[in-house]
This record gives sequence, structure tokens and C-alpha cells, in this order.
Amino acid sequence: MYRILKAEMLADKIYLMDVEAPRIAKACQPGEFVIVKMDDRGERIPLTICDYNRDKGTITIVFQTVGASTEKMADLKTGDSFEDVVGPLGNASEFVEEDLEEVKKRKYLFVAGGVGTAPVYPQVKWMREHGISVDVIVGAKTKDLLILEDAMREQAGNLYVTTDDGSYERKGMVTEVIKDLVNNQGKQYDVCVAIGPMIMMKFTCLLTKELGIPTVVSLNPVMVDGTGMCGACRITVGDEVKFACVDGPEFDGHKVNFDEAMKRQMMYKSEEGRAILKTREGDTHHGGCGQCGGDN
Amino acid sequence: MDVLKKVPVREQDPKVRATNFEEVCLGYNEEEAREEASRCIQCKNPKCVKGCPVSINIPGFIKEVEEGNIEEAAKVIALSSALPAVCGRVCPQESQCEGQCIRGIKGEPVSIGKLERFVADWSREHGIVPEAPEKTNGKKVAVIGSGPSGLTCAGDLAKLGYEVTIFEALHEPGGVLTYGIPEFRLPKDGVVQPEIDNVRKLGVKIETNVIVGKSVTIDELLDEEGFQAVFIGSGAGLPMFMGIPGENANGVFSANEYLTRSNLMKAFRDDYDTPIVAGNKVAVVGGGNVAMDAARTALRLGAEVHVVYRRSEAELPARAEEVHHAKEEGIIFDLLSNPIEILTDEKGWVNGMKCIRMELGEPDASGRRRPVEVEGSEFVIDVDTVIMSLGTSPNPLISNTTKGLDINKRRCIIAEESTGKTSKEGVYAGGDAVTGAATVILAMEAGRAGARGIDEYLSAR
Repeated sequence: MYRILKAEMLADKIYLMDVEAPRIAKACQPGEFVIVKMDDRGERIPLTICDYNRDKGTITIVFQTVGASTEKMADLKTGDSFEDVVGPLGNASEFVEEDLEEVKKRKYLFVAGGVGTAPVYPQVKWMREHGISVDVIVGAKTKDLLILEDAMREQAGNLYVTTDDGSYERKGMVTEVIKDLVNNQGKQYDVCVAIGPMIMMKFTCLLTKELGIPTVVSLNPVMVDGTGMCGACRITVGDEVKFACVDGPEFDGHKVNFDEAMKRQMMYKSEEGRAILKTREGDTHHGGCGQCGGDN
Repeated sequence: MDVLKKVPVREQDPKVRATNFEEVCLGYNEEEAREEASRCIQCKNPKCVKGCPVSINIPGFIKEVEEGNIEEAAKVIALSSALPAVCGRVCPQESQCEGQCIRGIKGEPVSIGKLERFVADWSREHGIVPEAPEKTNGKKVAVIGSGPSGLTCAGDLAKLGYEVTIFEALHEPGGVLTYGIPEFRLPKDGVVQPEIDNVRKLGVKIETNVIVGKSVTIDELLDEEGFQAVFIGSGAGLPMFMGIPGENANGVFSANEYLTRSNLMKAFRDDYDTPIVAGNKVAVVGGGNVAMDAARTALRLGAEVHVVYRRSEAELPARAEEVHHAKEEGIIFDLLSNPIEILTDEKGWVNGMKCIRMELGEPDASGRRRPVEVEGSEFVIDVDTVIMSLGTSPNPLISNTTKGLDINKRRCIIAEESTGKTSKEGVYAGGDAVTGAATVILAMEAGRAGARGIDEYLSAR
């Protein structure tokens, strides 16, 4: 069992938890993720590692409720436990493995969208710990959905916050901020790391391609085991089919086939919708679920 | 009784079982088992034993069954096998022990597999458990993976007094026995779990949710956690795809994904949270045992199922019994057909599969006649779900993170067959991680060899 030492709601439908997982806390690196399972009948759910404390043996996870399983997870309190937490999964961000002197020579721009702020945070923190000041753009739909702002401000060189509706700081999409920084403020970047909703990563990549900034994205497609076994997380990068869990989760954003990835993501979104119905309707739920052959 | 024929084994009616996940084969009762055992002619030089990868004393245990000493029979098997209830169900006996049986020359061979299963089930039902050694020798061994090779290796080493810890990446132990082979062939709570518990009763610890290579490395196990030797039995888990257009469409799954959802995550049950796409018309591409398992799972979830295979029936790599069961249940075999494209609707969902007819040409390197495309013979099968069952390859996680561990071109770990010794000192390996995808019993044989190798290595230190 993996005890929850802290559970809090960061924003509507977005939750943060500190979880005891000594092996993972000891081994994990920015860029990697975990899979959690609430109880013996639960789903395996891949989640971002937002932070870790190697001394205390804890990791911090952040998740957004998107289906029945994550909704159930949101009810967990401090002192409760996950039955299973496995990881770290995936590969560390490229810069973690690279020669530090080379990394220091580059100018990094991090672009975080919505709950994607959580996986960006440990990368920015790593940079700060290694004496590298980076620019960070955080975008949210609206002020109330902005997460980890203070924590990010502490670690970032410059932090630019934007909201789609203009309810806080800048108004507009993250791409508007990138354009402003590069075109109006004379900023130059050697690498962009963009993590957030698929559609945000797609448009960020279209822009950075135009601007000639190599861009890394982190993908979180559907997966079952997370160790390369199921192949559910396959995506097309350039001409090759890759498994996000063992080949990624970070890829060259300019080569990712986002349209295909988005179509694949929708597949289970609809089934997840049915699972929500099932929890809400309880015993009265009949038909239309994943088990009864009623799909399509 | 016709001495040339096996005592028939009771099975669930095909029409009934096609709609449930209960075990297909019901096994012998004691009376049937003793009658079947009496067919064994107790050869002085038993060829069946040579046909068994773990060399079970087959005439020995059958003699005990015939005389009604089932507990004694169990002890004879236990000398050679840690997982008899599993092997009695999933071993390809027709090409191993039963394939060598003298009775088989004139009639049907003795039903060795079903007798092994009977003995194992009987001892489980009668609460017979293996005894742990009284004292351990204080030497710690790590076993990576809790599938057939890992469980066998761990069990053998524990019997010799070693302190063994198995590290399992998934949340349940058992490897392919748990995530791969379906409930209707190998019941999880009834058969797999008790066999794993028996290994635990020998003193073996199992730590789940540990991915060696990520959560901890082999070097850390050896240098920091006090293990003196490591056995790698991590299997061959990575599914292959064909590389044809449309393969990433929604509704295309690897057999691994389909079976993992159903077997490990129990998606076929209403009271578990994991979903599975049942499909109305399903094509399973491939002809091995895994393809049969996926096809029969989809059938039980309510679909019309076609097995699409590029050679003819004679070349199907699946066990004859599995093909026979699949046919009885209503699986349709589209043979000499090879997919060339998966067709999709505007939302990216499968709505058909384009195939081409094949004919058999000259024998290839495998000795089987090579399938050749018949020009202009393309046709479309109307399906909404495709399950790719083309084989698996070993996971590179361990070899990538272990210095000094040599692998071959197929990413399989290089290990000596008789001892499991690898290129790295103190590290042994066996099973699918070494051979590529094979059978449960061959993995067990390799686990046993690894235990021997590790015992020799640590005894000499």
C-alpha cells in the first residue's frame, strides 16, 4: 500500500497528492511518470510526477478528473492509500542525461498548458537546481484553473502567465505569448519544451516550427501497463510508430502526428463517459457500457 | 474400455462456454484418472520423460495414480515441477510427453497432461502444501519477473535454502499466466493464485510494482541491496505490429492489450473499472496460441470472430486442442489471407480490413511452405475491430540499463542453456527473455537451469 501524506484540490477538478513510494522517489527524474491503481478493481492510470522528495521517500502527483476512476481517486484523503503505485516509467527528459555544460549553453523556453503545468514544474526546478535560468509560459483557461503559480515563480527565471479569457495577467493562448517574446521582445530560444493538452501542443509546434525552435512535447496517451507490453500508447513520430511509455513520453514535437494522436485519445474518452454514467446511475445503469458490446 | 483410446475428458458444452469465461475443460475425477492411468504400460525406458522439458518421472506418478495414492503422485511431480496445475493445462503435450508415448503408435497416447492436472487439482483441493526448508543458508537471490521461469527458479532456489525475492513489474504476480492466458483456459483464483501461493510458502517473497531497470537496477540490487545473484526471467512482452496503413486506427489492438485488459484487469467483469471494446465483428490476425486466446476472448464478449492467417490450417502454430476448441465455439478461420490495409471511417475507427489471398510456395527457413500473394486477389473483410497477434519481443529495459549484459540481434539476452549464465557475473537469465516468445514449460525448464547455475555459482563462493 502506498500512503497518501497530503491531498489537496488545486483547482476545479485538479488535485495534488503526496504519496509514499520510496523506490520511485529514489529513482525518478524529470520527464518520467507513474501508474497508480486505487484498489483491487481499479484501472491502471498513468500520472505525472510533479515533484519528489528523495529523503522522505515521497512523490507528488497531480491529476485532473476525466472519468469515473479519476473521480473516485479525487475522493481519497490524507491517510488513505493507493493499492498500487508503479514507476518511474518512461524516459527522463533529454537534458537530464546530457552533458551539463552543453545544456547550460542553451536558452530554454518551457510552455505549460493547464494541468500540463505539473510535468513542466520538475523540469524547471531541475534547471534551477543546476543553475540554469529558464523562461516559462503557463497558460490556463481562466484564473481559477491556474495551478502551481507560486511554486513555478520560485523556480523560473521569468514566468509569463496567460489566461484564455483574460481573467488574470495576459489574455490569450500560449502561442500568443511565444510570438510576443520572440517577435517583440527579441528573445531567442534554442529549445522549447511544451506540455499540455494535445491541441495546445499541436499549435505550439506549428508555431515553433515556423520560428525554427526545436520543440519537445510530452504525450500521455491511453496505456494499460506502461512498460511496453500493451502497445495502446502507440503514436506516429515521423515515419515511425513509437510507444509513448518506453520510447517517450517526450518526443520531437515537430515530427509527432497530432491528428492521429487526438483521434486515438477520443476512443477511450467516450468509454470513460460511459463509466461516469455507470457510477452516477448505479444499479439502474443498463447498456451502452464497455462490457455489453454496444459501442460504435 | 477401449485401451487404444484416452478416457474422454469432460468439457463445457461449446454453445454454453462461448458465452462465459468459466474453464472449458473440466478435468478427470479420481475414477476417470485411475482408469486412464491404467493405460500406461510403464515402459522400462520411458520416452515420455525425455519428451518433458523438466523430466517429470511420468510413469512414476502415473503408477501412484493408478494405485490411488494421489498424494504420493503429487510428491513425484513436485520433485520436477513447481507449477503442475498450470502445466497440466497449457503444456503442448502432443509434441512433448504424449508425442513420445508408445501407446500413441497404435492408438491414442496416455493423457499425461490431464493426469498431471488431476493430481495437481486434487492436492490443492486436499490442502497439500509444499514444505519450506527449516533453515535458510543466508544467501540472497533476486529473481526478476514472476512468470513461469521466475517462479520455477525462485521455488527451486528456496528449496535449496536461498532467501529469494521476486520483483514483478505489474501489480499481480504470475506474468503471462496472469495477464496473457485467459481465465477459460487457466483460472486465476482457482489455479494460478494457489500455485503462486505455494511458491510463497517455500519462503519466497514477491515484491510487486517494481520495474527492474527503472525502479531499481540490477547493479543496485547486487551492490546496494545485498543480493548475491540475480535471475532475469522478464519474458518477451513487447507486441509486434505489421506496419500496414491504418494500423493505428481506433479499434486496432495488440493481442497483449486485449488480453491484458481482459485477464489482468478483468475488464470482462462488470465489477472491475477497466473497459474493453467488445466489437461486433472482430478480426484476429495471426495463428498462434495467443491469437486463439484473443479470438476466444472476443467471442465471449459477444463478437463474431474471424482468425485471419496467411498460411493454411496445417501450418497454424497454435496447439491442435486450441484450434479445435476455437472451431467448436464458432470462431471462423479465414486462412491463406493476409491483411494489407486497415480501413477507417472519418473519426478514425476501423470499418474494414483489406486482405489479399495467399498461396503456399516453396518451404522457407522454418521448413514451412512460404505464403505468396496471389496477384489481384484483394478483398475486404467487414470488421470493426482488429486484434494483431503477431508475436512479441523482449523488453529492452533491463538490457539497456545493465552494464556488461550482452544481447543478440533480436534483443534477447545471451545465456548458457544449461545454467542460464550470462555475460555478467552473478547474473543468470532464462525463459522468453532469452529465447524470444516460447512456451510456459520451456520457460520453466530455463528457470530450473538458472537455479542450478546460481546454486553452483554461490556454492563455490
